[in-house]
Formats: sequence, structure tokens, C-alpha cells
Amino acid sequence: MSTAAAKHGNHIRKTSADRTFDIIIYTVAALMTLIALYPMYFIVIASISDPNLVARGDVLLWPKRFSLEGYQYLFSMGNLWRGYGNTVLYTLAGTLIMLAVNIPVAYSLSRKDLVGRGFFTFFFIFPMFFGGGLIPTFIILNNTFNMVDTFRVMVLPFSVISYYIVVARTFFQTSLPGELWDAAQIDGCGNLRYFFQVVLPLSKAILAVIALWAAVGHWNSYFNAMIYLRSPEKYPLQLVMRNILINNEMAASAMTGSAAADINRKANLIKYGAIVVSSLPIMTMYPFVQKYFNQGVMIGALKG
Amino acid sequence: MERRALRSGRFTWEHIRRNWGLYLLMLPAMAIFICFTYLPMYGVIIAFKDFKPARGIWGSAWAGLKYFERYFNSYMFTNTIVNTLVISLYTLAATFPLPILLALMCNQMYARRFKKFFQVSTYLPHFISTVVMCGMIIMFLSPSSGMIPKLLSLAGIQTGDLMGNAGAFSSIYVWTEVWQHVGWDSIMYIAALSAIDPQLYEAAEVDGANKWQKIGAIDIPMLVPTMVTLFILRCGSLLGVGFEKVYLLQNDLNIARSEIISTYLYKMGLKSNQYSYSAAIGLFNNVVNFVILILVNGISKKISDTSLF
Repeated sequence: MSTAAAKHGNHIRKTSADRTFDIIIYTVAALMTLIALYPMYFIVIASISDPNLVARGDVLLWPKRFSLEGYQYLFSMGNLWRGYGNTVLYTLAGTLIMLAVNIPVAYSLSRKDLVGRGFFTFFFIFPMFFGGGLIPTFIILNNTFNMVDTFRVMVLPFSVISYYIVVARTFFQTSLPGELWDAAQIDGCGNLRYFFQVVLPLSKAILAVIALWAAVGHWNSYFNAMIYLRSPEKYPLQLVMRNILINNEMAASAMTGSAAADINRKANLIKYGAIVVSSLPIMTMYPFVQKYFNQGVMIGALKG
Repeated sequence: MERRALRSGRFTWEHIRRNWGLYLLMLPAMAIFICFTYLPMYGVIIAFKDFKPARGIWGSAWAGLKYFERYFNSYMFTNTIVNTLVISLYTLAATFPLPILLALMCNQMYARRFKKFFQVSTYLPHFISTVVMCGMIIMFLSPSSGMIPKLLSLAGIQTGDLMGNAGAFSSIYVWTEVWQHVGWDSIMYIAALSAIDPQLYEAAEVDGANKWQKIGAIDIPMLVPTMVTLFILRCGSLLGVGFEKVYLLQNDLNIARSEIISTYLYKMGLKSNQYSYSAAIGLFNNVVNFVILILVNGISKKISDTSLF
């Protein structure tokens, strides 16, 4: 591919039309990069600047009157950190469960000799296109399984994801040679031993992809928690963030004795810091693991 | 050997018994799906019943189509359908073609480092959570301190309170959606483009094609199968506009344009406990989505030979 790139760049003499073309492409790309990054950059500099200057719109390109006041308040907000802890817990447990239930299914479905393959494939794919909907699901979880406001409702009921199964199945189909299973069989290796001792070690890439997707999904979701959790001490980070950012509910404990105007100022101050703190783990992790993310999307794009 | 085994009934049974491990591997996921996904599909019958929690799903009395009629006759019916369709068609019109353009553009960049930086920057917003995204939208659009009204006023455009302006709701929703996901959605197209045989370009160059002609004659035709597949999938969720973002951006001032089927259903069902009514709305919504998916899939099979199933 790099040789093709070199050819495009140097070998063929550029016409002036092609040069104009390049100028347009790179200008547009530079502008788009700026538009993509600036809002996030602004959040970061606003979180460490004097909040009055931020409110007046004076902070635009770099931090002004450096201050960590916002972060100091954040550290005293018990509910935010409890939410953080809960989210870490939900993310770890939820991701492990998702790997444990989806990957084995994907492997079984990838085996062409599975008797009933058509039926099982339909069984696992159909919910991608049709479902009972919010209310029947809520009634079943609440009345039949008594799961409302429990830890397990956050990690178990929604752990089977058809899309993950499709992607992992495609991966197994395309990357495991059929002869491998034939050889293992001759050596007297059963399905389970083959799956755990041969398939899994060869499939680290797909495990990484699914684990990352699952972790980001758990970290960022608020919907299930809003529907199924009742007690604030179980709230994940995103629900706490919703109260801070959208509902403007400020932690009264951090604010006692402040004048109304001051509360407003601090409310805004906390918002920027809270965004940074809540998004930091994923944002800093992403550039290092992006290879896996992109790989996963591409595996999913193959038709299987 | 295996093929012969599959042919006769006795050997099939033998084959299943020898491969019991494969079924064991599917067992946990099947149990979870039956309990939490297929059981609720059965629970959908409460849409045709007067559901009373004390009497259970089966024990509640039948109500026929009462709740569907109530929804079709209520003034919220047209309101929620129109709002849902406006937002989803607008979203489709903007977020479907733009990732393709982005991928075509990306494919033309040969400065490797810049290209890489460009890609990572445009993917990054995808990882912002919906809550944080909506918080950013509300802050940036705030008429008193937000940066966007400030920038626009520098250009001489007075916007007023955008979040309180019902007419602006769909545009706010759609263009922030573009900002957040356009890069990420382009990955599949970029992957499809990188699989193109370089000899095609060389042949086109020999024939004297310029860059525009190469894009038109090679790149775009190569992307068509990916486009069709993604388009069918998108059509299948036309009435399924994301609840999460719309719900967080709603306020009393923009509710006339921001109440969509899923938010209305949530309020009816879980806030005012009208379970059967809400289940009926949900079922109607899912059936319409499913029918559209089947239709578009069938049409696409006929014209382009590309289909999901």
C-alpha cells in the first residue's frame, strides 16, 4: 500500500488540477480537525481557568488566571466519587460477563457442522431487529425477576449483544482454519478443550475488540441506570453527571453558606472539571487502543 | 465423514451427542436471552390487555385494540410521529452521506502523519458519553455564556436562546450528531477503500484520468455495497431515534418539537404508570420499524443484489 502511496505522490507528474485538489483536501481536513478538537480543548482550559473569565467569554485559546478551584470542589463531592466507584464496578463486571456469554456463542455459531445452526443463528440475531420494548422488559425485570434497584440488573440482563456475536462469529469464520479442528479431533481433543486451549489464545484480537466496546458502552451509559435503579448510592457516574450537567443539581454539601450568585458561578466551574474527570479514562486510553477499535469495525463490515 | 453423518437421522443425533460442548457454550447466553429478551416479547401482549400488576401478564383482562385506538386518536399521535420522522429523516440525510465524503477525502491524503492525526481527532468525539455531550451542547449554546452565540454574534447573527427555540431543536440534534460521529462512521468506508487494488488506479492514470475521475469511476462504485448495507440498517430504525440524547435535550420550551415516540412512551409508561398504553405505543413503533426494514431490504435485493438476509 505504501508503494501505491509513493506512486501517487511522486511518480506521476501532478497536473495543476490535481494540485488544487490537494490544497482543497488538506485545508478542509485541517479545518475539520480543528472543529473536532476545539470543543474538547475548550472544556479542558475552561476547567483550569478563573470561572468569571470563562463566563464572560474571555477564555478562548489558553487558560487564563490558572485556578484549580473547580477540581478542589469536585474532590469534596462524595456522590461523584461514589458514582465513579460504582461505574468502575459495573464496567469491570459487565465487561467480563459480556465476554463470557457472547464469545462462546459466536464460536459455536461459526462452526459449519453445528446441527441447528440456522435456528440458533436466527435466535441470536432476531432481537437486533425486533424487541418487546421498554415497558414489557421493565415489567418482566421488576415483577418476575425482582431485579429493580439491584447490582445485577446493571450487568446481567442486557449482556447478550447480537452485534458482538455477529462480529466475533465473522472473526472465527475467517481467521480459524478448518484443518485446525480436524487435527485436534484426531488428537482426541473435545470441543470445550479446543475452545479454551486453542481458539481463545488465537483470538486475542477479537477479545480485545469486544472488551473495549463493552467497557466503553458500560462507562458511558445512563439509560438502564435511570430506568432500573432507585437508590442514589447505586447510581453510576453518568447519572451523577446528568444531575450536575443537565438538571443543575449541585451538591449542597459543597455549597453551604454561599450566596446565590456564588453558587451559580461554582455550578458552572464544577461542570467543566466534572466533564474532564468523567471522560479522562476513555479519552486517554483511546489513542493507544484505537487499532483494536478500528479492526473490530472492519471485521463487522465483512459479510459473514 | 461429517457430511455423511448429517445426512441420516441417527447419525445426526450421534453428531449432536459428540458435539454437546458446542451447545453448552451457547447455554448461558440462551438462558439470558430467553429470560430478558424473549420473555418481554411475550410480555408485549399487555398492549392488548388492561394490565394490572397484581394479576400478572396472563391474568389481566383482555382489552382488544383499545390502547392502540387511544394512541391513534390522541393529539400526541401526529405530534410524536411527525417529530420523530423529522428528526430521523434529517439525521439520515446528514449523517449518511457525510461519512462517505470524509472517507473519500481521507483516501486522498498521502501525508501519513497528518492523516493519522486527522483520523484520531475525528474519531475522538465518538467516545464522549451522551450525558456529557448534552451537557456540552447546553453550555455551548447558553445565551449568556455559551461560545456559539458569542461566535455567531461576532458574525452579526443574533440567535437568542437556542435551546428554548423549538424550531432549532432538530438542527441542534442533527449537527451535534454529525460532529460526534462522522469520523467514526467513516471507518467502514475507509476500510472498504483501502481494500481497492492499486492496479485499478494505475490503469486509470495510464488512461489519463485525473483525481476527480478516479474517485467517480473507482472509489464510489467500490463503496456501493457498504453504502447499501448501512442504508438498509439505518432505515430499519427510522422510528427508533435515540431516546437518550433527545430526552436529555428536552425542556419545557422546545417540547413541542422534541417530544418523540420513545420519550412520550417513557413518560406514559414509567412516569404515569400507564403500562398497557405505553406498551401499545412501543409495539406500534417496533412493528413499523420492522416492516420498513423488511421492505427496504426486499427492494434492495431486487435492484442492487445487496441485502441483509
